Amino acid sequence: MSASAFEPALELVDVDVAYKVRGIDRQVLRGVSLTIERGHSYGLVGESGCGKSTAALAIVQYLPRNGRVRAGEIRIAGRDVVSLTRPELRRLRADDVSMVYQNPGSALNPSIRVGAQVAEVFTVRGVKKAEALELARGALVKVQIADPGSVLERYPHQLSGGMQQRVVIAMALAKDPTLLILDEPTTGLDATVEAEVLDLVAGLQAEFQTAVLFISHNLGVIAKMCEQVGVLYAGRLVEEGSVDRVLHEPRHPYTVGLLRCIPRGGARKDHGRLDTIAGFLPNLGEELPGCVFAPRCTLAKEICHTEEPPLHALGGGHVSRCHFHEEAEQLPRVEAAQLELPAIERNFEPLLRFDDLGKVFRQHGHHVHALVGVSAAIWPGEALGLVGESGSGKTTLARTLLGIVGPTSGAVTLDGKALEGRLGQRSADEIRALQIVFQNPDSALNRRHSVRRILRRALRKLAGVSGAAADRRMIDLMHSVRLAERYVSAKPGQLSGGLKQRLAIARAFAGEPQVVVCDEPTSALDVSVQAAILNLLVELQAERRVAYLFISHDLGVVRYISDRIAVLYLGRLMELGPAEVVFDGPHHPYTEALLSAVPTIDGGGRERIKLAGEIPSAAEPPSGCVFHTRCHRKVGEICELEEPPLVEVEGGHLMSCHIPIEELRVLQAGRREAATA
Amino acid sequence: MNAVAAAAPVQPSEARVARRETVAALLRSKTFIAGNLIVGFWVFWAIVGAHLTPHDPLAQTSSVLARPFGHYWLGTDSLGRDVLSRVLAGATSIMKIAPLATLLGVAGGTVVGLVTGYFRGFVDDALGRVIDAILALPLIVIAVTAIVSIGASNATLIVVIGAVFTPLVARTVRAAVLAERDLDYVPAARLRGERAPYIMFVEILPNVLGPIIVEGTVRLGYAIFAVAGLTFLGFGIQPPSPDWSLQIAENYALLAGGSYWWTVLFPGLAVASLVIGVNLVADGLTQVVER
Repeated sequence: MSASAFEPALELVDVDVAYKVRGIDRQVLRGVSLTIERGHSYGLVGESGCGKSTAALAIVQYLPRNGRVRAGEIRIAGRDVVSLTRPELRRLRADDVSMVYQNPGSALNPSIRVGAQVAEVFTVRGVKKAEALELARGALVKVQIADPGSVLERYPHQLSGGMQQRVVIAMALAKDPTLLILDEPTTGLDATVEAEVLDLVAGLQAEFQTAVLFISHNLGVIAKMCEQVGVLYAGRLVEEGSVDRVLHEPRHPYTVGLLRCIPRGGARKDHGRLDTIAGFLPNLGEELPGCVFAPRCTLAKEICHTEEPPLHALGGGHVSRCHFHEEAEQLPRVEAAQLELPAIERNFEPLLRFDDLGKVFRQHGHHVHALVGVSAAIWPGEALGLVGESGSGKTTLARTLLGIVGPTSGAVTLDGKALEGRLGQRSADEIRALQIVFQNPDSALNRRHSVRRILRRALRKLAGVSGAAADRRMIDLMHSVRLAERYVSAKPGQLSGGLKQRLAIARAFAGEPQVVVCDEPTSALDVSVQAAILNLLVELQAERRVAYLFISHDLGVVRYISDRIAVLYLGRLMELGPAEVVFDGPHHPYTEALLSAVPTIDGGGRERIKLAGEIPSAAEPPSGCVFHTRCHRKVGEICELEEPPLVEVEGGHLMSCHIPIEELRVLQAGRREAATA
Repeated sequence: MNAVAAAAPVQPSEARVARRETVAALLRSKTFIAGNLIVGFWVFWAIVGAHLTPHDPLAQTSSVLARPFGHYWLGTDSLGRDVLSRVLAGATSIMKIAPLATLLGVAGGTVVGLVTGYFRGFVDDALGRVIDAILALPLIVIAVTAIVSIGASNATLIVVIGAVFTPLVARTVRAAVLAERDLDYVPAARLRGERAPYIMFVEILPNVLGPIIVEGTVRLGYAIFAVAGLTFLGFGIQPPSPDWSLQIAENYALLAGGSYWWTVLFPGLAVASLVIGVNLVADGLTQVVER
């Protein structure tokens, strides 16, 4: 390794990877070349199925049995990994490369104590057991685990997701690797935890001078973490350059399209529709003689379909694989028609209101207060956004309103009429009026039922139509969610993620619902598909004046779709107000922290508010204001002793905080100026 | 959308491809093929029975206890009946009773498993204890007790084995249902106002068929074993059927002298081969279905 000290940490030269499926080699990576110098960080972005993870697996030679590197060279610190023998490969994995995957829970062995697992990193390199445990403690200190002694003694399941990921990162960095590969390391984590893990990785990278390959679908995360970025589409690197150049002056239509799909910079549904990328990713191993993106590109001309574009160097290391890279930024917009959004009249009785809603779960003899005194209302045609970290009670609130679980206390009224707590006791009309679109369509759709069966049954139960009339209504319904008629006999497994979610939306709208709960409906989808689904939801709202309760951890998405926003923490409502006001402030300290944690593509300079510790257990909530244990604006004893009431601080803006609104305005003004500057 | 587009199937082959892949995987599995050859052989003889055997399996001749590999390939028994013909024809009864008992057990177990897995709660807890209790007793003991009190007949045999299997199958089905009821399509169905039986049998059941089929095949092996055991003890299939276990029961006393082994060995091998065949099929299915 000493001789290779000046070689780049990672070098890929024209790498082709293919998976053998049903006896045929299907190409997944097409001539990918990239270089990561020592101590540098490189981001690989692209939608799912573009080959990001395959690239990571190929680098450490962990491809599944049917995959192989067909051509090209992969060099880590100057050594070609493709030609290494098994023992050499083991040495390489033990000494030079580390990987961190998306799910830390499955990267740790559930039946071995954390200490033994971290120590193993050292013992495989020949360190004595007792000494290894000492080193393990040091490794945990490095990843800012406050109490390493007790963490070493615990089993992985006794740690939170963020803590588990820290342990995995500690293990990955313990051997001071030349190259660290991070494959969507924060995708499963809350924004606040994500921000901490990212800060940690950035700090450690600078300290250890480790080269990092950062794989993510989230452009904001890449912007925050990387110097260089490569955009992967259908297994081909279509654009590469410094993060600044690629994200702000993209020169490939795919990058341009990807950036336009993301609701950002305070985009709202009444400002305009989101852009989408038409069409679908080519099938695995499809032969593409021309540009891989040509079939979906609105700029594509004759030549794009027949001739593979060369790499155009644009100066400063910025390269684009597009025949018309000069025109890329003028990519015609694939915009849907403008819509007339319904006006919301809040003078009348609300459509749905819930008062003092409480839900207590009994768990191992503990009473877990999942919801405490939550009150709000939704008017016709309105979208109420619901945000908060995981464990804040968002999903419980949604399920309680729907009657899937009964509330412990409080009341739900629909159109002025009190609803029974449990679904079984509600009338067919009441059931029809409240529907839901679940987060994961794979779980929400019965995989054994065809599209026809799913929709006809929903029409029969919710709209009371059957026979030929149901067929007509089914076709109408499919049209309104842009689900082509030819899919009627398909089963969910044959549909793409976006089409599945359209089907789920069609099912929810079968009986002309009045309120539809959207529980993270786009979090399992790629950004281009997300944009199309958000457009669809806005369209349906404009057409039918349906009200949404929209749950999401993606604040850009919530801001785009919501008229008002409710912020939950530990099952309590912290803030409720018009979307603009909640986002622009003055806002609740918790909201402030949430907003500051989100990595954005544009506002890289915003200083993040560090939330102390983790979200407390709902079984033993803190006294006084439940947020006081982590609050960065805690004023004093009053926060610990007295729970601040939720009061209207200005028109339609409710907040639960001891700090007066005017003071918050002053306190937060400085930060806002810094952020907008 | 015009009519042409509506008629054109989408990704036409996907569903069929998936099914074809499962079949192809099964056909690639040597275990599955070998098992099917063995089981197929006995199914064939169970159907044609005495019609194609070289001799009448019930016909007594004067050549008593003839050694095998002579005029009678597998010899004759103490009444001069051809062992080969009796072994081949002996498949009929067991191949009727064991599958029917299994079917009964699987049907009952599926219903019980769906109900307990879906509703959980008291019924679930109570049934769990009953299953534990049943598992603690050997099958033969329960079956003998039941048959003695009801009276031996083929129908009794089917019902008793089916009843004993019900809780065992139920446990497997329940585990599969528990995983399914956590998926969102179940609350989605409730939000359409569906009743519990619809959700259990139309929504959940199709998704747990894989484990049920595997469990059924495994149970079939045990059923054959149970029928053979009970018959040997005299509580199962009754004479004059040329059933394998009856042959063993009638002739095993002859083993004492050390000679006349063929009267017991060949029917014994027949039972063993059938059980092995069924288990091979079960193994092959498990590997492919639970892949």
